[in-house]
Amino acid sequence: MMATLVPLVVLVPLLAAALTLVLGRRARPQRIVAALALTTVLGISVALLIGVDTGGTVVVEAANWGLLGIVLVVDRLSALMLVVSSLVLLAVLVFSIGQGLADGDDETPVSIYYPTYLILTTGVMVAFIAGDLFNLYVGFEILLVASYVLITLGGTRSRIRAGITYVIVSLLSSILFLAAIGMVYGALGTVNLAQVAERVQELPLDVQILLHVMLLVAFGIKAAVFPLSFWLPDSYPSAPAPVTAAFAGLLTKIGVYAIIRLETVIFPTPELNPALMVVALLTMVVGALGAVAQADIKRILSFTLVSHIGYMILGVALGTVAGTAAAIYYIVHHIVVQTTLFLAAGLVEREAGSTSITRIGGLLASAPLVAVLFFLPALNLGGIPPFSGFIGKLGLFQATAVQGDALAYALIGGGALVSLLTLYALVRVWNLVFWRPADDVEGDETRLLRSVEEAPDAPVTTETRTTPRLMTLSTAGMVVVGLALTIFAGPLYAVADRAAGDLDGPAAYIAVVLGTEGELPPASAGEGPP
Amino acid sequence: MTVSLVLVVVMGALVACGVYLLLERSLTRVVLGFLLIGNGVNLLILIMGGPAGFAPIYDETIDPAAYNDPLPQALILTAIVITLAVSSFLLALIYRSWRLANADDVADDADDVALREGSVTMPLEEVAPDEGDTDFPVEATR
Repeated sequence: MMATLVPLVVLVPLLAAALTLVLGRRARPQRIVAALALTTVLGISVALLIGVDTGGTVVVEAANWGLLGIVLVVDRLSALMLVVSSLVLLAVLVFSIGQGLADGDDETPVSIYYPTYLILTTGVMVAFIAGDLFNLYVGFEILLVASYVLITLGGTRSRIRAGITYVIVSLLSSILFLAAIGMVYGALGTVNLAQVAERVQELPLDVQILLHVMLLVAFGIKAAVFPLSFWLPDSYPSAPAPVTAAFAGLLTKIGVYAIIRLETVIFPTPELNPALMVVALLTMVVGALGAVAQADIKRILSFTLVSHIGYMILGVALGTVAGTAAAIYYIVHHIVVQTTLFLAAGLVEREAGSTSITRIGGLLASAPLVAVLFFLPALNLGGIPPFSGFIGKLGLFQATAVQGDALAYALIGGGALVSLLTLYALVRVWNLVFWRPADDVEGDETRLLRSVEEAPDAPVTTETRTTPRLMTLSTAGMVVVGLALTIFAGPLYAVADRAAGDLDGPAAYIAVVLGTEGELPPASAGEGPP
Repeated sequence: MTVSLVLVVVMGALVACGVYLLLERSLTRVVLGFLLIGNGVNLLILIMGGPAGFAPIYDETIDPAAYNDPLPQALILTAIVITLAVSSFLLALIYRSWRLANADDVADDADDVALREGSVTMPLEEVAPDEGDTDFPVEATR
């Protein structure tokens, strides 16, 4: 039963992508198909999470090729990621449907948006359930190629400029990953994660570290870990609001997910952990300082995104079950909250026509609902006590304090400082954009405005755009999910704990992937002969 | 594992030239660099498959050790397809960039420039109309 569900999380969005492509220029059926597909994926993911949490890891060997072929593995971590990412993808889809409806998509539909978005979903799902390195690479490529199209949607000058940086950096990381896969195959004769984990300990230490570092750099670029994070604040802000929201929530977290797999299953060795901890500290601090210096909401949020990747890397770098559990909870929290903030920034852009904090003001009076929808996740990201950000950070700091050396305390101090800096950056946004009266805004002068003033005879028309209810609704839905992370923190943290328990060294993973052939009834994993 | 020295040297040369080209500011060279590195890495995977052998088509009379390892070749095939798709996208992207900016360069980020120059306010919005929006340019290429 569970085994039949696993391939469906990939197949449903992929087939839906084909269908929406066929439906081409008819916007309404496209929307319905896309929304239905993502709802189905969400349902399947929830079923998988419940099934895996009670019944243990599910392993599917595609077409009964055994370990030579494609192996799909869904353990608690994968299932949890599937649920959160499909939820976020659905919310962002609803948001973009609302935006498209309001902007007259019916007359001039961007016929490739929905297919590409569904292919992005496919790639995300493949990456989360991949049981071998090469399949992980294919998943990355699927989602990256879709993201190239989405980030340059419309082909305006700023998007092309941002897109070029993004594409080239992503290509570089993919090539590094591919080279690392080639070397892993050369060293171990397999790319299956479980077999790699089983055999890697037999390699000389220097070869192990070489492979480890290569994979870490490849994933680090995707996760936007400090020295490799320069591309993110440059490229994300220029994309359309829903696209940025989906990217910010998911794409970097897939890199972090891959790092968790790498550090727990393949290389559970402590050699690189101190280096990772230093990198985590730098990521946090540099990202937060960048956020403080910016003057555009989307760029501020992009820098906080980079900075908070550091917290997750810290959890992984501890190399303990408690650390991994805290990192997993933090990923879930951060996917939800960061996406919500970008959606709220999209609403601000819609209301005020800009995201520059120097040029807009008085939104609290003119759009109180948007103000609330921004304020709650902002406090949450900053780690104000009742919210999930606080719980995640507390878990991380507790796990770090166990290690108890100078580096650990430096990280706790840095983490607390960064939390305050994040709060400072977001409160600055709050003060200028929402709290400040609209009359106080200075320097609100563009070249266009000046040219109007210089031509006083020109007729001035005022255009008001309404914010579609669907956009507000999906943002509000995400805010509620973010609050639910606090209310249901107990059960969620328990799941994260159990997921981290599965990842305590490679033994459990190896046993369940390599040892299942006899134990699992070959019920539905592909009944016919290969 | 013994490998062919020629292949290793060729791979090294491809990757080295690729890295050199990727570091250029001209986008066309970046594409060429990407293609070279991509092929270099494909060669790397081929090398990792071990020494050359018979085509891996099952025959009872051949010792299994004499076959070539087919798995790396399957991986390379996938990688080639991905490289093809990505490079065609890159070419389209660069063409669009050239049509918009009339330059084959990696452009600076306007916000970065503003920050570097210390101006707190953001740069004025681009109001220049997109010159390259039409597929049929009125003006010949400059």
